[in-house]
Amino acid sequence: MIDLDSFHELLQTLLRNKTRSFLTGFGVFWGVFMLIALIGGGDGMKEMLNSNFEGFATNSALIFEQPTTKPYHGFRKGRMWSLNTGDIERLRQQVPQLDVISPMASKWGVQAVNGDHKFNSNVKGELPDYARVEAPKIFYGRFLNEMDIAQQRKVCVIGKKVYKTLFPNGGDPCGQLVRLDSAYYSVIGVDYGGGNMNVNGSAEESVVVPLSLMQRAFNMGDRIDLIAITARPGVAMSDITPQIREVVARAHDVDPTDEKAVTVFNTEVLFGLLDNLFHGVDLLIWLVGIGTLLAGAIGVSNIMMVTVKERTTEIGIRRAIGATPRTILAQIISESILLTSVAGLSGILFAVLILQMMELGFTEDGIVTAHFQVGFWTAIGAAALLAALGVLAGLAPAARAMSIKPVDAMREE
Amino acid sequence: MIQLKGIHKTYFGAQPLHVLKGIDLDIAEGELVSIMGASGSGKSTLLNILGILDDYDEGDYYLAGTLIKHLSETRAADYRNRMIGFIFQSFNLIAFKTAVENVELPLFYQGVGRRKRHQLAMEELEKMGLTDWATHYPNEMSGGQRQRVAIARALVTHPKIILADEPTGALDSKTGVEVMQLLKKLNSEERITTIIVTHDPNVAAQTNRIIRIKDGVIEE
Ligand SMILES: Nc1ncnc2c1ncn2[C@@H]1O[C@H](COP(=O)(O)OP(=O)(O)O)[C@@H](O)[C@H]1O
Ligand SMILES: [Mg+2]
Repeated sequence: MIDLDSFHELLQTLLRNKTRSFLTGFGVFWGVFMLIALIGGGDGMKEMLNSNFEGFATNSALIFEQPTTKPYHGFRKGRMWSLNTGDIERLRQQVPQLDVISPMASKWGVQAVNGDHKFNSNVKGELPDYARVEAPKIFYGRFLNEMDIAQQRKVCVIGKKVYKTLFPNGGDPCGQLVRLDSAYYSVIGVDYGGGNMNVNGSAEESVVVPLSLMQRAFNMGDRIDLIAITARPGVAMSDITPQIREVVARAHDVDPTDEKAVTVFNTEVLFGLLDNLFHGVDLLIWLVGIGTLLAGAIGVSNIMMVTVKERTTEIGIRRAIGATPRTILAQIISESILLTSVAGLSGILFAVLILQMMELGFTEDGIVTAHFQVGFWTAIGAAALLAALGVLAGLAPAARAMSIKPVDAMREE
Repeated sequence: MIQLKGIHKTYFGAQPLHVLKGIDLDIAEGELVSIMGASGSGKSTLLNILGILDDYDEGDYYLAGTLIKHLSETRAADYRNRMIGFIFQSFNLIAFKTAVENVELPLFYQGVGRRKRHQLAMEELEKMGLTDWATHYPNEMSGGQRQRVAIARALVTHPKIILADEPTGALDSKTGVEVMQLLKKLNSEERITTIIVTHDPNVAAQTNRIIRIKDGVIEE
C-alpha cells in the first residue's frame, strides 16, 4: 500500500496544504508535549520533594525533651529536664528492637571563622553512627569516624554554606583550621547534604564535631539535646514508641505517659504523608495527561472531519477519475499516520528539550538535584499511544471520506 | 457502444423527484452526440449514469456490451478510469496540483510508474499546446487553458468515451468555440465516442446528432 509513489502523493498533499496539515498536527504535537512534560515534571517534583528527606532513614525517630505537661513523683508539671548520655546505654539495654541509637548535642549561633571569613553556624556534636540515620553527602574528605572519637581529635565536618562562606576560593579545605569560639578544629570533610529535615538546624549551615569534644568545649556536661534512633528491620517504630518513652521517662522522673515531655518524633508518619502526596501527584498527572490526550485526539478527529468536508470536491474528482473507496481510505489513514508521527516526534523532541533545560536549572556543582528527563521507553510509549489514538481519530473522517460519491464533487459548485 | 433501455431515476429528497422516466438510447462507437434540454430536465443526471458516477433505479445500461448494474465501487472505479474521460463545466482540477500532476492522476490510480506517467501526461499537454504551462497551478491559468488541462486529463488514459457536461458553459464564446473544435477534432481523428451535454444551440449544431430531453424522456 505504501510504496514510494503513494508516499510521494501523500507528502505532496500534506505539504501543499500546510495550514491544514499544521492545524491537524498541532493537536497531536501538544498532546505528546503535555504528556511527556507532565510525566517528566512530576518525576522531577517527586524527586525534589524526596530530596527534602534525602538520606534520612525511613524507619527512624527522633527523641527530644520538652517541659513536662503532667505532674509526677511530686514534681509539678512544666518542669524542664534534659536528656543525657546515660539514656543511650539505657535504651540499648532495655529496647533491643532498636538498631542505631545516636545522640546529638547542638548549639546555635556559633561563629565559625577562617581568617577574615566568618559564618554564623550551628555546632552539632555527633557520633559516627549518626550517618546511619541521616546520611551525609560527602563532597570532600570524610565524615567522623571511631578514631576521631577515641582519640578526641579536634576535627570538624562543615556544611555546604559554611564551606562556601569560609572558603570562597573553593578547593579541598581538608586539613585547614576553623575556629569555633576560642578553639580550633581541623576540617576533615565537607557535607553537601541539603536535606530539609533540619535536625537541629540545616545540614548546610552546620559544623559537626565529635560529641564529647563539644560537650566539653561548651560546658554541657553529659547533656544531649536529641537522640536519633532507627528500628531493626521488621519492627514498626510506632509499636515500640511507648516502651522507648517509658525507659527515658523513668530515668528522669517524668510521667511515662507524658507524650509531650518525651517527644518521640516518628518519621514513619512523615513518610506516610509523603507517599500519599506522591499518589496524589500521580493521579493528577494521569488525569491531566489522559484529558490532554483525549482532547488532542478529539481535536485531530474534528479537524480531519472539517478537512474531509472541505475536500469533498477533491475526493469526488479523485473518485471520478478512478480512485476506489479503499484508495481514499488508505490515503486518509496514511495522511493521519504520517501527520501524527511527525507531529508526535516533534512533541517528544520539544518536551525533552524543555525537560533538559529544567534539569540544567536544577544542577548545582555538576550534581543533578532533580531529574526531570523522561526515560526513552516512556517517550516511545507516549508517541505510540498518541499515534494509535491519531489513527483511531482518523477512522471516522476516513469513513466519511469513503462515503463521498463522485457525483458529490460535481454538485459542489 | 452505449445502449440504454427504459432507464428510470428518482431523487429521494424531501420530495421524491422522478427525473428520468424511461430513457431509451443507442449511441454507436465514434459518434459525436449532444444532449439538449431545459435547465433541470435531467441532462446531468443522465450523463452521470452514463459515466457510472451515479446509479439508476430501473432499466438496463450496456456499455461496450457489458451490463452496468449494481457494480461494486471498485469495478465502477476501474471502468471510469479505463473507459471514460470526463470533462466538467467547472473543470474540476485539483487546486494544489500543477497542470501536469492533474493530468498524471488517472494514471497514478492505474498504477503507472512515475516516470512513464509524467511522460504520457506531458505528451497529452503538448497536444493541447500547454507544454509551457505544465508546472503552473490551475489558478494561474485562464478558463480555456484549464479546460484544455481537463481534456488532457480525460484523454491521458485513452478512453473509449468522452463525457462532457457543459464543457463551454464557463467559457467566453471565443474559447468555447476553440474547445468545441478540439473535441470535434478528437472525435474525427481518434474516433472517440463523445457525448456533450449543453443548452447552447450553437454547440449542439456542431455535433452529428442532437438528443433532446423533455419531461424525463427523449424526443429526438
Ligand atoms: N442529488 C440530487 N438530489 C435531489 N435532486 C437532484 C439531485 N441532483 C439533481 N437533482 C434535481 O434533478 C433535476 C435534474 O437535475 P440535472 O440532471 O442536474 O438537470 P440539468 O443538468 O438538465 O440542468 C433538477 O431538478 C435537480 O434539482
Ligand atoms: Mg446540468
